[in-house]
Parts: sequence; structure tokens; C-alpha cells
Amino acid sequence: MNAPTDQSMNTSRRTFLKTAAFIAGGLVIAFSIPYAKRFLLPGKEDAAGDAKMPEPNAFLRIGTDDTITVLLAHSEMGQSIWTTLPMLIAEELDADWSKIKVEHAPAAPAYAHTAYGLQITGGSSTTWSEFDRYRQAGALTRALLVQAAAQKLGVDAATLKTENGKVISGDQQLSYGELAEAAAGMETPSTVKLKDPKDWKIIGKATKRLDGPEKINGSAIFGQDIHIDGQLTAVVARSPVFGGKVKSYDDSAARKIKGVKNVVQVPTGVAVLADNYWTAKQGRDALKIDWDLGENAKLDSAQMLEDYRKLAGEKGLPAAKVGDSASAIGKAAKTIEAEYTTPYLAHSPMEPLNCTVRIGDDSCDVWTGTQMQGTDQQAVAKITGLKPEQVKIHTVFLGGGFGRRANPAADFVSEATHVAKAAGGTVKTVWTREDDVKGGYYRPMYLHKARIGLAADGQPMAWEQAIVGQSIMLGTPFEAFMIKNGVDATSVEGVADSPYLKGIADHTIELHTVKASIPVLWWRSVGHSHTGFVMESLVDEAAHAAEQDPLVYRRELLKNHPRHLAALNLAAEKAGWNQPTAKGIGRGIAVHESFGSYVAQVAEVSVEEGAVKVHRVVCAIDCGLAVNPDSLKAQLESAIAFGLGATLQSQITFKDGQVQQSNFHDYQVLRMNQMPKVEVHIVQSTEKMGGVGEPGVPPIAPAVTNAIFALTGKRIRSLPIGSQLA
Amino acid sequence: MVTLNINGQDQQLDAPDDMPILWAVRDLAQLSGTKFGCGMAQCGACTVHLDGQAIRSCVTPVSAAVGKKLTTIEHMSEDKIGQVVQAAWSEIDVVQCGYCQSGQIMAATALLANNKKPSDADIDAAMSGNICRCGTYPRIRAAIHAAAEKLA
Ligand code: FES
Ligand code: FES
Repeated sequence: MNAPTDQSMNTSRRTFLKTAAFIAGGLVIAFSIPYAKRFLLPGKEDAAGDAKMPEPNAFLRIGTDDTITVLLAHSEMGQSIWTTLPMLIAEELDADWSKIKVEHAPAAPAYAHTAYGLQITGGSSTTWSEFDRYRQAGALTRALLVQAAAQKLGVDAATLKTENGKVISGDQQLSYGELAEAAAGMETPSTVKLKDPKDWKIIGKATKRLDGPEKINGSAIFGQDIHIDGQLTAVVARSPVFGGKVKSYDDSAARKIKGVKNVVQVPTGVAVLADNYWTAKQGRDALKIDWDLGENAKLDSAQMLEDYRKLAGEKGLPAAKVGDSASAIGKAAKTIEAEYTTPYLAHSPMEPLNCTVRIGDDSCDVWTGTQMQGTDQQAVAKITGLKPEQVKIHTVFLGGGFGRRANPAADFVSEATHVAKAAGGTVKTVWTREDDVKGGYYRPMYLHKARIGLAADGQPMAWEQAIVGQSIMLGTPFEAFMIKNGVDATSVEGVADSPYLKGIADHTIELHTVKASIPVLWWRSVGHSHTGFVMESLVDEAAHAAEQDPLVYRRELLKNHPRHLAALNLAAEKAGWNQPTAKGIGRGIAVHESFGSYVAQVAEVSVEEGAVKVHRVVCAIDCGLAVNPDSLKAQLESAIAFGLGATLQSQITFKDGQVQQSNFHDYQVLRMNQMPKVEVHIVQSTEKMGGVGEPGVPPIAPAVTNAIFALTGKRIRSLPIGSQLA
Repeated sequence: MVTLNINGQDQQLDAPDDMPILWAVRDLAQLSGTKFGCGMAQCGACTVHLDGQAIRSCVTPVSAAVGKKLTTIEHMSEDKIGQVVQAAWSEIDVVQCGYCQSGQIMAATALLANNKKPSDADIDAAMSGNICRCGTYPRIRAAIHAAAEKLA
């Protein structure tokens, strides 16, 4: 296990600040732990040496009523971090689990991601990146409570035990609530020791979600549910073509609707404000706007794909190059040539985007479900002319994120701020589902063109692949770090670093980054969402060309990659790979590493009257330590459903500059009747921790299309499958 | 002004006749448990019961609810079947982001009120109009079966 080997920490070389204040009857003990060394963003490293931590910076509060409030530096969007991070603190604190409460932390530098240097929930990184920080916060607080108890009881701290929210000395007990105030005044110990993993009582145990009850009884508050007295709701008319501008507008019909309170122009369009959503929406629909559609009025995704195809035949920028693939392919016994395509995809989280903003003279309050508080705060500060610390971001539950709510451009937060600035008062800006489907920040469309040479024994000996598509990182704060020599690492991840290529002496991977004005963004599993499909399909093609079993073939290629193998073998074994399939059922397999985790899936499918039905998916993961095995399983079930919808039927297309889909009837996602049985198996692993939110997505498409090939002999090379089998 | 009976109580709401029940419930009665997901009967997030039947409140005008009993998620803890469904949801730890779950629970409760022992095909038929982007479908299915067993 990577993290648990570092059992003690030297607090003297770090700066802990603890502050005490009574908030709502409870004492606040604030601990901040300086930034970790690794940073994604350049120029942020200086902060590591910064001894003075800014306020607010608490990671937990102990109330005199014994409640332990854990503050989350990350956002709860379904992934169960509301439970996992408290588990880490509670473990080291020996807390009473029934006394745990949870809050989202405010936006503040202290809550910056330990690896990325800014406050963000993404990259399937929360658990591994917080594994030390939250355990340390728990351990440190425990040490202070023990000191306080020792002083109070006049005994040596070394004789004291902690258990279930109490410090115990013989038959005497003091609750954490009783000790909280005294603990806040204690000297910070120079070292605290983290528990030996064998002593863990909470970590590694399936633990029920702490946000379950309120999400079951309807009381959980999402951004859509924010209601501030006097607030108005705004719905915005945006250009039907990306980049279009308002030439002029006529709001007379909108203003006649009872309940419409205001109409304001903002950089993204025209906002109608009303007492409630329904009236605002009617007002928005009654606007007459003359748009200057700009240069994208002819945008056509079918044409773009043709252009991508041509580009793929030209020389691109090298993303990986070893040996001389062109001449090696000339010597191959067999060659495979294939083109793969994947479409633009909307995230379409269940909760349509929204953000409530109230701008005051020297402060601004923002209520929203966001994955990226830091950049949102900066954006609001810029628009309002306030200082970032004057902007309070109140993070509420996210009704799904999938990447859409982590936008470096802070699009929906900025727009809502513009609306509130133009109109005054408190304004909740709400997107309709149509606004969401048409409003962009899509997973980019990609085209891959590959040429693989197989040796006489069927093993790949040369590999060439060109990838064409938009860059997600271009123009974001991540650009300097993520784009090297013109190659966006997220466009080629999963290919350029593929374990399959490591064993191939001659290979060339090239990238063509297309400049287009379609707003793009990371979509659950980012580049792996297309590269996993392409690589696992190509390897399957190679196995069939070599007339070998796809599992056996992969095992040979991955023989030096034990974590891939562990996941692959476990999934195959649990799926009964060596048993014959039932009549009419095809079986396919895929394995892919992303975000530090290794996931293999076996899918069983049938095809009837041109329609694919996925009956069963057996999934195995090696993510290192599984902190909460049940929520880990839930994340893989979730990833399979999310990825399967895109595999079968989701796509965003453009014609005459406009998005052709609008709502769930034509931007189709997975439904109950399409959900296969899912079995998730966890590789018992002491390897480095990886993520679990995203890595379940990449293997599902190829597991399904490989199964279709096994059953029908038809190779699906373009997603979604749609009616290709009809 | 319309009078709607919501969760057993008559409420006077300043809603135009054509306002969908969803917005009368959320924005006027300020019961925020019922969710907006699509506004066109495609996702089920807005599911409520009208005289015990599951309806999509985003496309049903308030005029259709006058004189009838409207029940929302906030009332499920007092509904005999709703309680069992909620307990099964908790037992199986169904929820993820949670945004679709009010609608899922309302749809599942209506299903079980009409069908004491739904098969997988019955569940597909009754629940496929309720989208869950988090993919909690396997757990929803398991929870419905578990609730049916408790109710038997
Ligand atoms: S909001 Fe009513 S069905 Fe989607
Ligand atoms: S739990 Fe997130 S949409 Fe269903």
C-alpha cells in the first residue's frame, strides 16, 4: 500500500494552524496541512513553502454536543465522497460514526487539491489525493484531545486510549465534545502516528452513505432547490450557433407575461427574469432575437468527419515514436487497417445546470453545484470587481457532474453572475434540458486511423495510429502543463502510453489537433472514453486476425503488466470465459488502465432484429486499497451504465451550425430496460491507489462491441452502435 | 388562484391554469423534493402521484389536479408502501447523486401499489421512463424486489 507505509508524519516541518471559535454551539478546531509537493499547475509551487495558511481552513469541527463535522474539500456528486472522506478522519480520530456530520468546505486556498493545486473534484482523484490529508487531520485532532484529557485527569497521555468518540483512562471516560475546548488550546504535537492498516476499523469496510437519508426523503438540497427570499429565476436565450451574438431583440411580448420582472442582455444572450421558472421560461420563449450567427453558421459534423479523415492521412505531431513503423509494417505477415470514430457527447447530468448569485457592495454569494470552486470564485471576482476572498461559493449537492460542472471557463457560474449583475438582487439562473443538450462543453468527436503489422506468430510487430480531434486543454489554465510540443496529453492518453505498445519495437502515434469553435470539456474518463474503445477493439481485431482467443492473446501481450493481468484474469474467471456461451449470446472482453486503476470487463450480448441487448457485465478492478468497497462497486455499476448509454445510442451532431439533438428523446441515454446485470469484483491489492469514478467507463464499449463481433462477425468501428446492426 | 390538495392539505396557489404541477409544487408551494429533469415527460424526475397514480408533473397542468389528491416525495414517509420502499432504498444504498431518486421512489411506490410482486419485465415497463444518469438501475431493481418481499 503506498500511503499507509508512511505511518508517521513530522509535524514540526509542516505548519499546522489550529483555531478555535464557537459556531452554532460547537467548537471549531481548524487544522490545515500545507500543500503537497506535486502540482499540476506551473507557478503554484511557491505556495508549498508558504507557512501562513489563509482562513478558512478547517477540515473538521468538534461540537460540544459531540458532533464531528467533516468539511469536504471536494464536491459530492454521487461518487460518495460525502462518506469516504469522513471515513478517513473517523478512522484516525476513533470517532463515533453516528455523530459524524458533513459539509462542503467553502472556496479557499486551504482546500486546494493536494496534487493539482486548485480546488477541484475530478480526475477520479479525491480518495487517493486526500488519503493522507484527511487521516492526518483525524490523527492530529485525536492527539490534541488525548493531551487535553491527560491534563484534565492528571495522567500521562501515553496511558490513555481512544474509542468511539471518547478518551478512556481506566474506568474514566471523557467525550470528545467535553474535551474540544481544552484540546484547541493544546500545543500541536511534533509528530503523530497514523494507524497500522491492520488496526483499521472503518477503512476497507463497506460503509453506508451518509447522504442516503436526505436523498431518499427528498430533503437534500441541490442548486435547483436554492430558494432565497426575494430571488428571481432567470432563463437565458443563447445563440443557436456557437459564437453567435445578439444583434437586436424585441422583448415586448415577454414583458407582457404576468410575472415577468425583467429582461437583461448578457454576453451569452438575453435573460428573462420572473417570479418562478415556468414564467421565466415562457418569457424566454417569447423573445424575438435577431442573431448574428457568426462564422459557425455552416458547421456540419458529417463534413468535419470527412475533414478529419483527410487529416488522418497527413503527417501529424508525434505523441509516441519508437523505431521505424513504416518499414516494419512492410515486413509484416499480415496487416490490419482500420478507422474508428466516436461522436461529440453531452454530459447531461440529471440536474440541469443552474447557479444562484447575490451581489452585495463588498461581497457576493454564489450557490451552486460545482466541481471547481477555485476557478468559479476567480471568475465571479473578475465579473463583480470584488476580491476572490469576498466571493463566497456555497457548494450544494451536485445532481451529477461527469465533468460538466468542472469548467475552467466557469461558463454557467459566469453567466449567472452577469445576469445578477445586470438585474440586481438575487437571481437563480436555470438551464432547461434543451439548453443543456445544445449548450456545449462536449466530449470532442475523434477519428482514429490505425495500421498494425502482425508477425508470422500473430503478435503485433508494428503499430501506427493517427488521432484527430479537438483539444480539451487548449486555452485553459492546464494548457501549459498538459500540452507538450503541441500534443494534448488527454487526446492521446490510453494510446501513447498503452501497455500494448511497450512491447512493440516499431510504433508511431500521431495527433492532429483540430481547431473548432465547439466548446469541449472532459467527459467522464476524458481521453480514455475514446482511446479505450479504439485500443481494445484493435487488439481484439489483432487476436482474431491471429486466430487466437482474445483473452489468451491479451494475456501474452500484457505478460509484463501484472495489474492489467490481475483484473483481466479475475473478470475472465468470474465470467466463466472458458465455458461455452448460451445459444445466441456473444461474449467480449476488454481491459484498460485509467486514473491509476485497472479495469477489465466481460460483456454478454445478444442481437435480435438489429437491436443489441447487453445481458451481463462482469467487471474486475485493481485500484489498490478499496477504502469503501460498496461505494466502489456502485461507481463501477454507474460507469458501466454511463458508458453503455454512449456505446449504444448517445451522440451530438451538428447541421447548419446547430446541434441536432435537444432533450432525452433524441439525446438518448441508458434506461432501466437496457441495464445489464452487473457483477463487480475487487482485486485484493496492496498496489498504489487509483481512482474509481471514471475507470469503469473505458472498457464497456469495447467489451460490448467485441462481444458483438464474436456473435455476428460484424466489427463496430463507429460509436454509437445505433442502427448499425439493423 | 387554484386550490390544490398537496400531501393531504389544501393550498391556495397563485398559479395560472396551464402552469405544470411541477412548478406549482416547487416554486409556489416550495416543496423542492420533486425534481425538474427534462420538462417533457422524458426522464421521470418530476414523478408525483395524482390520486395514487404516477404522473409526470412537468407536463400536467395544475388544472388537471384540481379536486384530486396530489402526493409528493415529502409525504412518502407516511405512505404505507412508500415507507417500505424508502427502507429498501436505504438498505440497498441505492442513491448516488440523488437527483433522480424522488422520481424513482414515486414511480416504484406506484408500481408496488398496483402490482404486489413485479417481475423484472414489470419493473422495466414501469421504471424505464425514469432516467438515472448515475446508473443506479441495478440497485433500484433490487430495492423494488426487496420492498415487494417485505410487503408480501
Ligand atoms: S421533468 Fe418531467 S419527466 Fe422529466
Ligand atoms: S442518482 Fe444521480 S441521476 Fe440517479
